Amino acid sequence: MPTSTKANGVKAWQLRDRKGQLLNWAMWMGTAIIFYVSWMKISDQTTWFFVYDAPRIAADISNRAFPPRWEYVLQLGKPVWDTLNIATLGTIFALIMAVPVAFLAAQNTTPSKIFVRPLALLIIVSTRSVNSLIWALLLVSIVGPGVFAGLIAISIRSIGFCAKLLYEAIEEIDETQVEAIRATGASGWQVMVYGIVPQILPAFAGIAVFRWDINIRESTVLGLVGAGGIGLQLQSSLNVLAWPQVSLILLVILVAVVIGEYVSAKVRGAII
Amino acid sequence: MLKLEKLTKVYKTGDKALSDVDLEVPQGQVIALIGPSGAGKSTLIRCINRLVDPTSGRVILKGVDLTGLGARRLRRERRRMGMIFQEYALVERLTVMENVLSGRLGYVGFLRSFFRKFPQSDIDEAFRLLDRVGLLHMADKRADELSGGQRQRVGICRALIQDPALLLVDEPTASLDPKTSREIMRLIVEMCRERDLAAIINIHDVNLAKMFVQRVVGLESGRIIFDGAPEELVPEVLTQIYGEEDWEATIETVDEDDDEEADA
Repeated sequence: MPTSTKANGVKAWQLRDRKGQLLNWAMWMGTAIIFYVSWMKISDQTTWFFVYDAPRIAADISNRAFPPRWEYVLQLGKPVWDTLNIATLGTIFALIMAVPVAFLAAQNTTPSKIFVRPLALLIIVSTRSVNSLIWALLLVSIVGPGVFAGLIAISIRSIGFCAKLLYEAIEEIDETQVEAIRATGASGWQVMVYGIVPQILPAFAGIAVFRWDINIRESTVLGLVGAGGIGLQLQSSLNVLAWPQVSLILLVILVAVVIGEYVSAKVRGAII
Repeated sequence: MLKLEKLTKVYKTGDKALSDVDLEVPQGQVIALIGPSGAGKSTLIRCINRLVDPTSGRVILKGVDLTGLGARRLRRERRRMGMIFQEYALVERLTVMENVLSGRLGYVGFLRSFFRKFPQSDIDEAFRLLDRVGLLHMADKRADELSGGQRQRVGICRALIQDPALLLVDEPTASLDPKTSREIMRLIVEMCRERDLAAIINIHDVNLAKMFVQRVVGLESGRIIFDGAPEELVPEVLTQIYGEEDWEATIETVDEDDDEEADA
């Protein structure tokens, strides 16, 4: 009991009673022990020689990577363009597929809570839980290497993400506006176009640019598994230890991501 | 014109919102429905256009029983009932004109409504109504740029452009200041008179109701316990509807407040 009466009749107060105090202390103690044990375990399994050596190697690699091979940038135009296309088209395809899934998944618009909704949620969870690099790996073996595999990988990965955010937006709409449209004698589709769509449009636009922004970053690595884009150049440069090319590619990726982030921030600012 | 027979609504939770409500509304009559919160006023109105499905009983509008209708027929009949809401229920991100024209959705096909290609006659009527309520210059503004009173006027336009036979009005003044409340009530009643419309108006403010309507219906725990002229609404009746309260005193103070703000 936090409040207690002392022998001299003064009412004392403390945040926790004796039991709570002990429990609190025990939890901190437990955390400390777990941390110590884990640390020892990691330390035992680490080859410390490599770690002590790390700064020297890192310095060595950066020496070789500097200066970047600037003229190589001429060969990067097409891969960067591919990367941007993968991200943009992938996002568009994902949105086209995510919109119906979101409407089927939202509590207030799903045609059936027992059959359709779980299916839609399954699509959302399954597409979201697998990383796009793994989707790309699968798709490269299915549709062959190239931009197309990357495009499909990005769109599949994005369906769940977009559909999840969108169905949450649909569930948060103001139902009285929908009710008012329904009361005019509007059909189901008209209720959707007049009552629901205007309410979720800002969320939709926000989700679209947000995912596009993420996809630019994701599509830069897809080439590592042969799914097109600038990652392909990155991998071949790494394979031949052409460090000046690697540093230039990283620089180009950085610039592309910064531009993407700038554009999406501008667009989001304009909508919200 | 509108007839309710033994209308009963029991919610899934077991709450009996309405029990055996019988009510008849002739053409052109404006009724105020009063009663404490939770008496079932909102449910009653929503059972008439079946935004809420009644458990049993019948709703008959001009000889058509609404309770048994399938989705398509129900939509056709809903066009004959305009609804006005407490929080206006305009689609906030659409323009005033789109909101008014949405009252015609029951009459136009999906593609026309999707591309906002409403018939010229609807557009003419929308402009005429907006002019009538004094919002013609606001037609292209977005609904969320309007003040409360203006929004409710747009809500009235949306209900009237349906060319209804009946207005269902759910607490039209609950979110408005006293002066605007009176203006809105006056507008609704005037419009009903002009078009010979019947209306059921849910309203908290008993005095406001008494000022504007010919008939008052008192609802308590889902039952009609008063039905008569506004003058018959004596303190004893109010106590029966709302419970014990010093009615004379409260009525007077409320009235004074209203007048002061109306003058200001």
